[in-house]
Amino acid sequence: MLDTNSFDLRRFLQGGGHSFGVWVALVAMILFGLLRYENFGSAYNISSFLNYNAMFIVISVGMCFVILTGGIDLSVGSVAAFTSVIAAYLSPFGIEVALPGAVLAGLAIGCLNAIFVVAMRIPPFIATLATMLGAKGGALVISGAQTISIDWTSNFTKLGMENAFGLLPWTIVITAFVVIALWVVLERTSLGRTVLAVGGGEDASTMMGLNVNRAKVFVYALSGGCGGLAGVFLASGFGAGQPLEGVGWELSAIASVVVGGTLLTGGMGTVGATVAGALLLGLVFNILNFENGRGVISLSAYWQMVIRGGFLFVVILLQSQLASRAKGVTQ
Amino acid sequence: MTDFIQMTGIGKSFAGIIALKDASLAIRPGEVHAIIGQNGAGKSTLIKILTGVYRRDAGDVRKDGKPLAVSTPREAQDAGIATIYQELSLVPLRSVTENVVMGYEPRTRFGLIDWKAAHARTREILARFGVDVDVTRQLGSYSTAIQQLVAIARAVSLDAKLVIMDEATSSLDDQEIETLFSVVRNLRDSGVAVLYISHFLDELYQICDRVTIMRDGQTVATHVVAETTKLGLVSEMLGRDASEIQAAGLTALSGGHGNPGEVLLEAEGLRSKTGLRGTSFNIRKREIVGLGGLLGSGRTEAARAVFGLDAVSEGRVRHHSGAALDTPAQAIALGMGFLTEDRKADGIIPHMSVRENITLAMLPRLKRMGAVDRERERELVAHYIDALQIKTSGMEQPIRELSGGNQQKVLLARWLALEPEILILDEPTRGVDVGAKFEIQSIIRKQVADGLAVLLISSEFEELVEGADRIVVLQEGRSVSELQNPGITEGALINAIAHHHERSVA
Ligand SMILES: Nc1ncnc2c1ncn2[C@@H]1O[C@H](COP(=O)(O)OP(=O)(O)OP(=O)(O)O)[C@@H](O)[C@H]1O
Ligand SMILES: [Mg+2]
Repeated sequence: MLDTNSFDLRRFLQGGGHSFGVWVALVAMILFGLLRYENFGSAYNISSFLNYNAMFIVISVGMCFVILTGGIDLSVGSVAAFTSVIAAYLSPFGIEVALPGAVLAGLAIGCLNAIFVVAMRIPPFIATLATMLGAKGGALVISGAQTISIDWTSNFTKLGMENAFGLLPWTIVITAFVVIALWVVLERTSLGRTVLAVGGGEDASTMMGLNVNRAKVFVYALSGGCGGLAGVFLASGFGAGQPLEGVGWELSAIASVVVGGTLLTGGMGTVGATVAGALLLGLVFNILNFENGRGVISLSAYWQMVIRGGFLFVVILLQSQLASRAKGVTQ
Repeated sequence: MTDFIQMTGIGKSFAGIIALKDASLAIRPGEVHAIIGQNGAGKSTLIKILTGVYRRDAGDVRKDGKPLAVSTPREAQDAGIATIYQELSLVPLRSVTENVVMGYEPRTRFGLIDWKAAHARTREILARFGVDVDVTRQLGSYSTAIQQLVAIARAVSLDAKLVIMDEATSSLDDQEIETLFSVVRNLRDSGVAVLYISHFLDELYQICDRVTIMRDGQTVATHVVAETTKLGLVSEMLGRDASEIQAAGLTALSGGHGNPGEVLLEAEGLRSKTGLRGTSFNIRKREIVGLGGLLGSGRTEAARAVFGLDAVSEGRVRHHSGAALDTPAQAIALGMGFLTEDRKADGIIPHMSVRENITLAMLPRLKRMGAVDRERERELVAHYIDALQIKTSGMEQPIRELSGGNQQKVLLARWLALEPEILILDEPTRGVDVGAKFEIQSIIRKQVADGLAVLLISSEFEELVEGADRIVVLQEGRSVSELQNPGITEGALINAIAHHHERSVA
């Protein structure tokens, strides 16, 4: 039997999941970047990297909750496209209206998913596929398939450019706040633990007297809300509502979650590892950009995708190797 | 005395098949009330109606004389009814602590879960059952017995007015059952009623005050336990004459009269990370070898090692053919079978039919000219359904709809149908009623007479003593002695286990 009192770093990082590999890979990537490129660790690179990846982190964390219940949400990319248009339309009223407005719009779509999945018992894959198409269409309809510029005179533009408390861009601060809040929800609240229990066994959770439906409604609404926030970041990052963006985002989000060691069948995983997964996928692009910048090689965006796919595979392989080794140790 | 819970005229059918008709049950405050009945009699269905898992078609449920409207397990818990379901309803992926405190977590001042307090509370509750485990680890990494104790601990900790235990002792050993009984007595003395479902009639006489007998979806009678006889109960359960049952002799089986052949399998000085520290035994043709010992003595681990499921770090397993035996695939190719103790995780495929669950592993053998011989398949399945008295609406019924004991019989049928050379049975009659248990034991006996070798693990001493030809006693992963039938008594087995236990403590 294991000594219950000794501190086990591996178990701490894994949080009971299989997420050791993602941390190893993340640290390795950062070290590699720092040693190889002069400006990699510069404040500018860090801040613009985080600023750009904030939207992916946010939808990945929302997706993580959905997957933890054993579900899936394919609509997040379309939701972000849709809400970026909403945010752009609302931008003349200022950030105070545009941000909550877009998040609420995302939340509403998330609630629609929840109704399909929980009340109507439609399988999540199909239900969210429908809302994915619906939100995509909605974005095109309300925008007339055009990008919608945000109002440059409104304070909406501050979001991506101005630093909060003179420290970091608002986007990053908001993202950090969301991540920490959701981490607390998952680790320290009954609702969060129910999310995990539902993924580990839905019938068993019901029989234990847990409120399974509430947990499921929560995750779909949350994922929708996260999509809404990502839409706000998208609009602010590009200076316009982008009805055509968001294609394939749901797959990136799923990839981040899986790279973070979360079981696709649910029941096991952490917010931290998901963020690490999202950062890792973003870093691959960042490093490829630096590599292109050195002028030695020049990779097209298509090759970058291929490389990212290969990299994903390697990390997942590493993950499962480490997980089976860890198993041998503890059992 | 007014009844705490009163169920009258309960009716329930699943897709037109009647599971309950006009069933009634009255539980008084602070009594230990048993329900007995054959597999499929409707015991689990009746309690699931009480706890809101199923909705009743007809009838009336009252608590303290007032109508009780409960439509989810949560509402039942809130109404003071805590339940340990037969199919362990826990989440193996999550930690022991979570499984105990979920839904009732201790909170800090800020409303967040206080994990330190939660772990401490869980340790404290488990300590009452003599369980000392790392509560932060996944529940699924522990044995079925520990999981069952965790389920019991959860239910007992909910501060209920009624605790329902649906075959809660099925994977516990005698010592643990004793501990459970003292907890049940404590509950009773503090005014909590306990509804106790079990196939072990002896347990009834130890702790139950009254007993309700079910047969074919009906409650046939309720008695004060002290005024009944075992024979009388069995005859009411089966709906047959007492004299008829006595003539059949429900416990006539005993080992040691066979004529064992050559050694088929030999384990020598097995050591493993799973806790084996020198286990040796052999199994011969036409012989049932029992593994005796307390929980954690390494019985299941020994079986897993022999079957190639766990790696051994020292020692070896020798098959008579001389072929290597390191993986389950090799074991199966060598004609070995393993009925594991955890039917939910390793055994049944829930949405598949009874027929498919029985014949899945043997389809290649049923092939004739490239196609599965459906006729033979049906014949074979019908044979086992009949021989093991599997209660099902037909061989195409999904196995998940069968009662717990009947699922167990299907699994056993799967292995028997394969006609293995060596069969490892880990708790083969768990959850099976007294009548069917006898049938199962005699079927196994018959196949053994035809050459089958069996390695039998059972936490029921009676089953070991009467079923095995030889018993290898394990203690903390070591084989310490061997008993030979005929001549083994339960007392002798307990002595053998206890004797070595004391010596090793000293
Ligand atoms: N979900 C279901 N769908 C269809 N039939 C069911 C379902 N649940 C139970 N049944 C049927 O109802 C009958 C009663 O089953 P139940 O589980 O109550 O038996 P039991 O008395 O608990 O038996 P055991 O001792 O084997 O646990 C069985 O014939 C079973 O096949
Ligand atoms: Mg039952």
